[in-house]
Amino acid sequence: MSAFTVHRATWLTLCLLLGIPAAHGEEPASIEVTIKDHRFTPAEVHVKTGKPTFLVVTNLDSTPEEFEMLQLAIEKVIPGGTKARIRVRPLGPGRYAFIGDFHKDLAQGAIISE
Amino acid sequence: MLAALVIVFREIIEAGLIVGIVLAATQGVPRRGLWVGYGVLGGALGACLVAACAGRLASLFQGAGQDLFNAGILLLAVGMLTWHNVWMASHGRVMAQEMRKVGAAVAAGRKPLAALSIVCGVAVLREGSEIVLFLYSIAASGHTPVAAMAAGGALGLLAGACLSGLMYLGLVTVPARHLFRVASGLITLLAAGLAAQAIALIQQAGYFEVLTSTVWDSSWLLGDDSLAGRLVHTLIGYTAKPCGAQLAAYLGTIGVIVALMRFLPSASAKGAPCRSK
Repeated sequence: MSAFTVHRATWLTLCLLLGIPAAHGEEPASIEVTIKDHRFTPAEVHVKTGKPTFLVVTNLDSTPEEFEMLQLAIEKVIPGGTKARIRVRPLGPGRYAFIGDFHKDLAQGAIISE
Repeated sequence: MLAALVIVFREIIEAGLIVGIVLAATQGVPRRGLWVGYGVLGGALGACLVAACAGRLASLFQGAGQDLFNAGILLLAVGMLTWHNVWMASHGRVMAQEMRKVGAAVAAGRKPLAALSIVCGVAVLREGSEIVLFLYSIAASGHTPVAAMAAGGALGLLAGACLSGLMYLGLVTVPARHLFRVASGLITLLAAGLAAQAIALIQQAGYFEVLTSTVWDSSWLLGDDSLAGRLVHTLIGYTAKPCGAQLAAYLGTIGVIVALMRFLPSASAKGAPCRSK
């Protein structure tokens, strides 16, 4: 591990401890998704393989929803009328499904990494 | 109704397996039921509180409040499980072998019981708040009659409690002389899995972006969304596509617990319960 990576890890730990977002370096792309009537729009989003992404999920319903991508260990409750920002780690090529766990018959979508 | 059954069942087994391990680990300690009961009750009350404050919690730390809160309570549980194992390693054996007197056992068993009570509380708090939010969401969206939802929830609760009970009964058939070792092992893996989950939560909030690439993919073997996958996830922290940081947290936690259990001076040094000057 080079001195640079050690330094970066220390800095990120410090950011974490102080509760400051590590908002420097190249900022990952943000992708907007909305939930309305328990459905995702768009239901498919595209990301670049190997690059981290932020999903910004806005829940326009009045009821809470749980955004879930089990295979990436992502689980986040989004209360009605609020917005969540979820970091998705760099992905290999493929299709990664996500669901709204509270209405999973309706709330289905996927990230396409290509 | 089916949705309510499935979600309640799933969350109940996640909390129930942890409570089951705690009950097995405290086999024979007097009044453990009371402590575990306090933990579960406290967790249930906390779950309602967290669900009621979900909106406010979510907006803290620029949207990362919920993730950091969950990561925090998971790390609290990791700390308590670690402490329990280390304490039992230094005091437990002597307690089991020599001090059969009830009074001594009560006094000696109380400290780790408090820690494990907190662990039960945390497990119920986390899974319970999801149940509360889910049932509220279903009830408020008005697609499902409340009676059907309540029936589904009750069935899920019953089924989850039965499965957790079966696991507990299976554990306590382990002969007493092995139970200590088996319980320590399970608690170590449980703590490691919770630590890995905490790291995943911190990373999904956009912090601590190191070692974020996927190390392996075993979803062809055991998917995260299958019942077996969920069970193994709760018990030993299995995830089909772990990232480097999750793996590091997992192995690091095991390493720290094993090292502390092995190398901390034992309180049971022969003939000298404490080496005071």
